[in-house]
Amino acid sequence: MREQQSNANSASGFEPRIVAFFCTWCTYLAADLAGTSRMKYAPNVRVIRVMCSGRVDPQFVLAAFAHGADGVLIGGCHPGDCHYQEGNYKCLRRAELLKRVLQEFGIEPERFRLEWISAAEGERVRSVINDMVKKVRELGPMNRGSAGEDIQSQRQAFEEVTT
Amino acid sequence: MPDDHLGELGRDGHVRIGVYVCHCGTNIAATVDVIDLAEYAAGLPGVVVARDYKYMCSDPGQELIRQDILDRKLNRVVVASCSPLMHEPTFRRALVRAGLNPYLLQMVNIREHVSWVHLGKAEATAKAQDLVRAAVRRVHLHKPLETRRVAINPAVLVVGGGIAGIHAALTLANSGKRVYMVERKPTIGGHMAYFDKTFPTLDCAACILTPKMTAVGSHPNITLWTYSEVEAVEGYVGNYKVKVRRKPRYINEDLCIGCQECIAACVYKEAKWPDEFNLGLSKRKPIYLPFPQAVPQKVVIDPQACIEFKSGKCKKTCVDACGERQAIDFDQKDRIEQIEVGAIILGTGFQTFDAHRNAYYGYGVYPNVYTSLEIERLINASGPTAGEIVLRDGTRPRMVGIIHCVGSRDHNTNRWCSKVCCMYSLKLAHLIRERTGAEVYNFYIDMRTPGKGYEEFYDRLLDEGVHFVRGRVAEVTDWASHPSEQGKLILQVEDTLAGFVRRIPVEMVILSVGLEPQSDAREVRRLFNISCSEEGWFLERHPKLAPVSTFTDGIFIAGACQGPKDIPDTVAQAGAAAAEAMALIDAGKIELEPYTARVIEDECSGCKTCIPVCPYQAISLIGDIQKARINEVLCKGCGTCVAACPSGSIRQNLFEDDEIYEEIEGLLAYA
Repeated sequence: MREQQSNANSASGFEPRIVAFFCTWCTYLAADLAGTSRMKYAPNVRVIRVMCSGRVDPQFVLAAFAHGADGVLIGGCHPGDCHYQEGNYKCLRRAELLKRVLQEFGIEPERFRLEWISAAEGERVRSVINDMVKKVRELGPMNRGSAGEDIQSQRQAFEEVTT
Repeated sequence: MPDDHLGELGRDGHVRIGVYVCHCGTNIAATVDVIDLAEYAAGLPGVVVARDYKYMCSDPGQELIRQDILDRKLNRVVVASCSPLMHEPTFRRALVRAGLNPYLLQMVNIREHVSWVHLGKAEATAKAQDLVRAAVRRVHLHKPLETRRVAINPAVLVVGGGIAGIHAALTLANSGKRVYMVERKPTIGGHMAYFDKTFPTLDCAACILTPKMTAVGSHPNITLWTYSEVEAVEGYVGNYKVKVRRKPRYINEDLCIGCQECIAACVYKEAKWPDEFNLGLSKRKPIYLPFPQAVPQKVVIDPQACIEFKSGKCKKTCVDACGERQAIDFDQKDRIEQIEVGAIILGTGFQTFDAHRNAYYGYGVYPNVYTSLEIERLINASGPTAGEIVLRDGTRPRMVGIIHCVGSRDHNTNRWCSKVCCMYSLKLAHLIRERTGAEVYNFYIDMRTPGKGYEEFYDRLLDEGVHFVRGRVAEVTDWASHPSEQGKLILQVEDTLAGFVRRIPVEMVILSVGLEPQSDAREVRRLFNISCSEEGWFLERHPKLAPVSTFTDGIFIAGACQGPKDIPDTVAQAGAAAAEAMALIDAGKIELEPYTARVIEDECSGCKTCIPVCPYQAISLIGDIQKARINEVLCKGCGTCVAACPSGSIRQNLFEDDEIYEEIEGLLAYA
C-alpha cells in the first residue's frame, strides 16, 4: 500500500515542503558549510534560524504542520556541545513529548525529526535533508483535511487556556 | 513602486520595506533568477522598493540601501544575499549610516542555503521566493533594539606555553597588557623546545626560543602558571571568569631558586625513571628539572616515584640539601586560582601521531625504529646522547631510512597532510648525514616544500647526496632474504619512479610522524565553548578572513591547535591573535547583541517553570510580586525559557514568538 502510494507520489511529482529550525551555532553553520563546500541536496527544506534548539517551542512545530508543512526538522548541537550548555537537552525532552502528541494527530513519525549536527558536519546536513525529503516524499502529502484544523484549533484552544 | 502598497498592510500602516537581492557576482545569479526574485519581492505587502545588484555588500551596494532609506523613507530592510553570519554586521552598519536602527534588518540566506546547494534554477528560485516572503513578513514585526555596552577587562589569558602562546603573551605584555599564561607541563617551551635546529635556515631552536621563554618567566606583566590547567570558564566576551587548577609540584615556587642541589642529594643515586622530556630515551630522578633551560627554573617531584610519597619513610636528603630555603613541601595540595580576563588566546598545540598504530613499521618491536621526535632529542646537543646520533647499542648507523607520511595522508589513520613532515625530514636527513656521514634514504609520497627557502633546501639536499625514493613503504622487517640483509632492518617499498619493488637494508628507521589534535582537544573545546573541525582541530571563524577568531567572541586561537603549522606560521598567527585581543581590549567597551529575554510582568503568573531551565541562573522570582525577572547581564539569549514559558510571557528580542510564527507562515504561504 505504502509502496503504491510512494510510486503514485513520485509519478504525480509531489514535492514535500519541510520547515527546519536550525540553531545558529552548530546546525546553521553546518548548513553554511555544506554551501561553501558546494554539496548538493534536495531543495525542499526552508530553514528558520534560532539561537538555540532550546528556543524551539513545540508550538512552532505544530504551527508549521498546521500551515502546510509536510515535515519539520530541528537541528541542534550534539549532546554536551550546546553553546548554551544544555538547550539541546531541553529540546530533546520537548521533542519526545511532542512525538507522542503528533502521533495522536495521526502525523507519521517520519515527518518530525530532531537531529544533532555539529558545525563541522556539512555532509550530515546533506544526508539528513536528502533522507528526510525521500521519506516524506514516500509518505505523500500530509492528510491535513481535518488534522490541520485540529492542530490549529488545538493550538488556539491551548493558547486561550494558557493566556 | 506605487506607495499604495501601504494600504494593503492592515497590520501597521507605517511599515515601508526595501528588499535587496544580491547577485554575488554569479555565485547567486547563476542559480537563482535574481531579477525575477526582486520583481516578486516588489509585489509583497509592505514592500516599497525591491532591487537587485551585482554585489550588495560593496560600497555602492550599501550606498544603494542607504539612499533608498533616505529617499523612500524605508523603515525596514530585507537583504537576500549570503549567510547572515557573514554579512549581517555589514548591512546593519548600512542601516545605521542612514539613521535607522540596525535591528530593523532581516537577512535571507540565498547563497549558502540556496544557490550553492541546489542545481535547478526553478526550484532554487522558488525556494528563494519562499525565504524572501518569510523575511518580509517577519521584518514587519521587528522593533528597534538597543545594544548593551559593557566594559572590557583588559587582562588576557593565554592557554598553552608553546611558541604560539609565548609569542602571543609577549606581544600583549610588551604593549602593557596584563597576561596570565597557563601551561599544563612543568615548563613552558612546547614542542619547539625539543628541537635542535629549525628548517630551512638551520638556526638553533634553543637559541631563538629560550630567550623568549626567559622573557615570559621574568616579564612584569606576565603571571606564569606552569603545571596548571584551566578548570572552568564562565562569563562572556570582555568579562570571562576563569578557574585555574594549579597542580602540586611539591615545591614552593617562590622559594626554589633552581640550584638543583636537591636532585644531586636525592636518596636515589641513580636516575631510574623515564625522562618525559627526552621521550624516555634517558632517565631522571623522582625530583627533577624538566630540562636545563626550563622556565620556570623550579624542580618538580614525581609522587609516583618519590619514596616519601610511597612509604613516608624517606631520609629526605633533598630537604637537607635545600637547607634553610625550605622550598620542598610534601604537603602541597591542588590550588584553585580565580582570575578575570577580557579575552582568551588558545595555543594548545598538537600531539604527534602514535607510531604504534601503524604496526607494519615495527615501532616498539624493533628497537632501532624511532619516531622523528625521538630523533630530534637524539640530535639535540642537550639531549640524552649530547647530540650523538647512535643506535640503541651505542654504535653509529651507516644506513638510515626516513619514512614520510606516517599517520598523514592515510585513509586508515589521518587523512590530512601534516604540512611540516617533508621539511623536518629533510632537516633530519641533512643533520644525520652531516654528523654521521650515513647514507640517508627518504621514502616519500610527494615532496611538499612550499615556503620561503624550503624548495631551495630540498635542492640542497639533492646535491648533498641524500637518496629519495618515491613510494610508500609497505613494511619494516628484520627477516633477511639475502646474507647482505642479515642483522639489518629491511624496508620493502615499491619505487614508483623506477617501477619495481625494492628491499633496502638500513640500521636505523625514522618514522616521520604526523601532527594530530591533542587527545583532549574536544574537552578543551567544550571548556571554552568553541567548535572543532571533524578531525578535532579548533575551528576558526572564517578560514580566510577570520583565521584566529572563533565563533565565541573574545576567544582566539593560534598555532597548531587550529591545524598543522610550522613555526613561522605559528608565530605569525600568534601575533595576529594578540593583535585581535588588543583590538578588542583597547576599544574599552563592547556592544553585546540584544538577543536577551525579558518577562512581561503583567502576563507572568509566577509559575517558576522558567527558573530551572535557565543554564545561567539569570531568572529569579521577585518575592513580593511573585513574578519572574531576568537579569539582563547574565542572560545570554538562548531563548530556552521563552520556549518553556507556558503563558508566553517571556519574549526574546529579535526572536519573539510572533516573529517566528510570521516566518513559519511566510515560508508556507503559497503566493
